[in-house]
Amino acid sequence: MTLELRQVGKAIGPEVHIYPTDLLLEPGQFNILLGTTLSGKTTLMTLMAGLEKPTSGQIWFNGRDVTGEAVQKRNVSMVYQQFINYPNFDVYENIASPLRVARLPEDEIRKRVTHISELLRISQMLDRRPDELSGGQQQRCAMARALVKDSDLILLDEPLANLDFKLREELREELPRLFAERDCVVVYATTEPTEALLLGGATATLHEGRITDFGPTERVYREPVDLNTARVFSEPPMNLATVEISNGVCRLTETLSWPAPAILSDGKYTLGLRPHHVSPVQVQADWVPVESTIKVAELAGSESIIHFESYGNQWVSLVHGVHPFETGAAAVLYADMAHAFYFSPDGKLSAAPTVGYGRTKEGN
Amino acid sequence: MIRMRWLVPTFYILFLMLPIYWLVSMSFKTTNEILGAFTLWPQNPTLANYRTIFTDPSWYMGYVNSISYVTLNTVISVSAALPAAYAFSRYRFLGDKHLFFWLLTNRMAPAAVFALPFFQLYSAIGLFDTYLAVALAHTLFNVPLAVWILEGFMSGVPKQLDETAYIDGYSFWRFFTRIFIPTIKAGIGVAAFFCFMFSWVELLLAKTLTAVAAKPIAATMTKTASSSGYELGLLAAAGTLTIIPGAIVIYFVRNYIAKGFALGRV
Repeated sequence: MTLELRQVGKAIGPEVHIYPTDLLLEPGQFNILLGTTLSGKTTLMTLMAGLEKPTSGQIWFNGRDVTGEAVQKRNVSMVYQQFINYPNFDVYENIASPLRVARLPEDEIRKRVTHISELLRISQMLDRRPDELSGGQQQRCAMARALVKDSDLILLDEPLANLDFKLREELREELPRLFAERDCVVVYATTEPTEALLLGGATATLHEGRITDFGPTERVYREPVDLNTARVFSEPPMNLATVEISNGVCRLTETLSWPAPAILSDGKYTLGLRPHHVSPVQVQADWVPVESTIKVAELAGSESIIHFESYGNQWVSLVHGVHPFETGAAAVLYADMAHAFYFSPDGKLSAAPTVGYGRTKEGN
Repeated sequence: MIRMRWLVPTFYILFLMLPIYWLVSMSFKTTNEILGAFTLWPQNPTLANYRTIFTDPSWYMGYVNSISYVTLNTVISVSAALPAAYAFSRYRFLGDKHLFFWLLTNRMAPAAVFALPFFQLYSAIGLFDTYLAVALAHTLFNVPLAVWILEGFMSGVPKQLDETAYIDGYSFWRFFTRIFIPTIKAGIGVAAFFCFMFSWVELLLAKTLTAVAAKPIAATMTKTASSSGYELGLLAAAGTLTIIPGAIVIYFVRNYIAKGFALGRV
């Protein structure tokens, strides 16, 4: 059971929403669409579901061309970011609704609704109306409706985004269990890199209507194919700077330099460094000191997020511990350049960090 | 100071209720008492006026006629407005905003403008003096109003509800009747209420387009004098009865109206 997009594109008038895209999604894992708001995640999902027809290309499901086939015939399920339930039905009828349309026998419906509502822990509120439920319960109800029928394709469009932190954690932990025994293709859209990493599976990064990279989530995170992928897959945003490499030395300024990765030839590169590899404390001797002006330091409990300007670049540091800084203060922060990405001027990845992930330099 | 807080609303309500009280009180008086002396309440209360109305077909048929064409109009207006409002709220098409505004401009012309063309047209096609004639004429301003109100309520329902229903396997019509209409029933209540009210109080078109068979109660009431002189008590009774249907409708939709105001469209 696979979902395959072949050169699928969507344009509304002169405005391109999705550029021609090839994608092969497999069952048995989370297929994550990671991208910022307006990157085209929802559009891509409505195309996959068949709610909208692509302006170009074909959609194949299980070796069958389903392009343009009505959504009612497709056996898909979808959960939206907004909690969508039928307000005039109680929770039981909400969950039962796809089965009723499919004209299943009454006892079969009751069996399935009971089972799925226990799985999602809403069996206590089957006789309530959706607007009498809390946000988390409403979304559980919507999920139960999506899971109650044996869909071939389940689309989850930022299902946890409108929930508060605690409920989000709770439901996210349950997600893998809910899909474990199903033979279906699961697509999960999110804006949060952390969520993608926690769910694992495969990730496709979306940037302005294009899929920039697709592969195992771990790989996309460790070795993003290009700069856009790396930026989409970094929160807070990745720190960028233009650097120059000559004779094995990488320079940010005339005086600030460090050894460049051996595989890189001379020339200009874009440096990318994740925020947690910049710190106000020098832990290792090879960390590069960067002179900075503090813009704002946010103290989030046990973490500090320090926004600063350094050599004309806006950078962010994300560190454990409380590191208060005055706004406008001059400071020296330390950049762990061994964890830096190097992108060529056209945005392609030239070198990924080779340390710290349980692999040796030699092994890479 | 706090103690006196009831004063202003009390005066306001008294002020509002005074004409209605006067009307009701007159309806229980004889014409002689009304014309004879200033009395705050009926000195010799009588039900004769009401008896006349309920027994004389030329009176009570006025109510039957009015309620008939008003109901017909409400049904036509809301049924026509439902699909139109759905289209305006869900689809983008060429000129949709202009069309929406143009619909509203139909409300801006005085009814007198349309009286003559309607009269001529309906006479020519044999619709003159029927319930349908008045009901259709009133759709001219009630359909745009209903579209406007319903569009507001429908736009408050996320498009994802439609999509979820299609994904669950609902056909469009099944979704529209089983899920969508119940979801916006408050809006339908509000729209129906306003259609009812505007059609109920409209006099000019109703009077122009009818003669005998479909003559509205308000037209009956305008024959102020009869062979026996002024019959003010009778008129007051008729007026009192005219208020009642509106009051009943308001009672049933009061919660919906509040919701409609909250959504900012009414």
